[in-house]
Amino acid sequence: MAEIEAYRREAGKLDMQAEPMILNIGPSHPATHATLRLIAELDGETILKLTPEFGYLHRGFEKESENATWTKVIPYTDRLNYVSSLMNNVGYVMAVEKLCGIEVTERCRYIRVLICELSRIIDHMVCIGTNMVDIGALTNFWYFWKPREEVYMHLIEPLTGIRLTTAYTRIGGLMWDLPDGWVEKCRDVCRNVIVPAIADVNALLTKNRIFIERTMGVGPITPKEAIARGFTGPCLRAAGVPLDLRKDEPYLVYDRFDFDVPVGEQGDTCDRYMVRMEEMRQSLRIIEQALDALPGGPVNVDDPRFILPEKADVYENIEALMNHFKHVMDGVQVPAGEVYSATEAANGELGYYIVSKGGGGPYKIKVRPPCFPLFQGMPHLCEGGMIADLIAVLGSVNIIAGELDR
Amino acid sequence: MAEERNSIVLQKLTGRFGSDVVATHSDFGDDTALVRRERIVEICTFLRDDPDLRFDFAMDLTGVDYLGEEPRFEVVYHLYSLEKKHRVRVKARVPEEDPVIDSVIPVWVGMDWFEREAYDMYGILFRGHPNLKRILLYEQFEGYPLRKDYPKARRQPTVGPQE
Repeated sequence: MAEIEAYRREAGKLDMQAEPMILNIGPSHPATHATLRLIAELDGETILKLTPEFGYLHRGFEKESENATWTKVIPYTDRLNYVSSLMNNVGYVMAVEKLCGIEVTERCRYIRVLICELSRIIDHMVCIGTNMVDIGALTNFWYFWKPREEVYMHLIEPLTGIRLTTAYTRIGGLMWDLPDGWVEKCRDVCRNVIVPAIADVNALLTKNRIFIERTMGVGPITPKEAIARGFTGPCLRAAGVPLDLRKDEPYLVYDRFDFDVPVGEQGDTCDRYMVRMEEMRQSLRIIEQALDALPGGPVNVDDPRFILPEKADVYENIEALMNHFKHVMDGVQVPAGEVYSATEAANGELGYYIVSKGGGGPYKIKVRPPCFPLFQGMPHLCEGGMIADLIAVLGSVNIIAGELDR
Repeated sequence: MAEERNSIVLQKLTGRFGSDVVATHSDFGDDTALVRRERIVEICTFLRDDPDLRFDFAMDLTGVDYLGEEPRFEVVYHLYSLEKKHRVRVKARVPEEDPVIDSVIPVWVGMDWFEREAYDMYGILFRGHPNLKRILLYEQFEGYPLRKDYPKARRQPTVGPQE
């Protein structure tokens, strides 16, 4: 209230010669795409002050994890970034494997790269599609929603049995190997569905004057500001900083693939769109190379301490039965210690800080969600701009409430 | 090569701050320094500005509750250097009766919400924070849910919007 009084005193400086209007957006608003709330103080259509509020989707991920076994945390990670849940699964098990000192098999690494890159593509498709709906380009939404559904229908569902809450990775490996014909289907979907869809949207938007005038210079950020605010991922690269953990701290087998890291210049909504479009093409390159080089062999490490015994053995063999029971009831035994493991998720650095005191469950898990600093930067991106631009910026930074609130 | 360079981070830190760096380790390949909370801002500024270290990214900040140990809480910072491509974890212990540590917002402006979250979940107070209030939970919430003595099943009334 004191702030409003201050504005009122300085009313002479305002365009409308009046007190600022307070506009509440959310928490349930079609353009927030999640339960977020933004409180904007407006002078006419100019945003004077923006206050983001969230926590509506807080479900106590960290508290729940502290009371679960290591493996039971995997389904909770699905709910972080629910648009690309496979990436959260991979990031989490990589952190636990770092603590256990597990080296996963070659085939497992390649499959993890494949599912990560597919997730990155569909995540970017959702981001661009919904962003374009919000600023009035509905066709692009349909052009990107269809390939996303095809990826779910032909690749992720046959692989994991479910669309969103995949829980596909396991400590030391994967739930199971790729189903028959998956590799061919993956090639088919990439070449005949995703590539044309990117070309369609590219033709509709990239040189479209309406789109460029609507997005260029909207919500810009300088590299220095972006770094200080902890931006990562496409939003940081759009500002011109080529930080990509797949290149800078290669994990899995990313150092074996040939791909580029696109960067922007202005850090505005247009650059964020351009960077995401190019990243999808680069992800396709990685997928093609990974499919070509996909090795055979097992997907799980050969270590009964981490991997469940074969079901047939469990029915016939007392040792396997006991081992299975111990796995499910007590959990995988992880040594004491602390690790921080970061992967390049679709929105930026997804970090897991894990503290173990030994035993079957974590002592503490902290997720570093990439959206958290991005949403914190929203006032910086939007203050001084127009209220209509707020929606364009919000869509382009891609806030996912699931990982923001945990 | 990488290990040699990483240990330089800890060497420089102990060389500059001496006994204020209480302990260091590089378990699991993560360089870690436990420091005294009184000099946290100074140490963070040094880590950010030293030409050999250049930790320009503060990636994460969180609290940990080591119930039964003394001092009880730990504030954990995860830093990353864009230029040198290295990471370090800095930790500082704060006691239960006086859970205060200086805010590092002057060093990295992006730590604002992370400190609010640590306050929200653990009740750690950040001295000098301009807007230290709850972030994920609501103002009327009682207690700090990620403390180990907060029962998981405790329910609190849901409050509606405030006028």
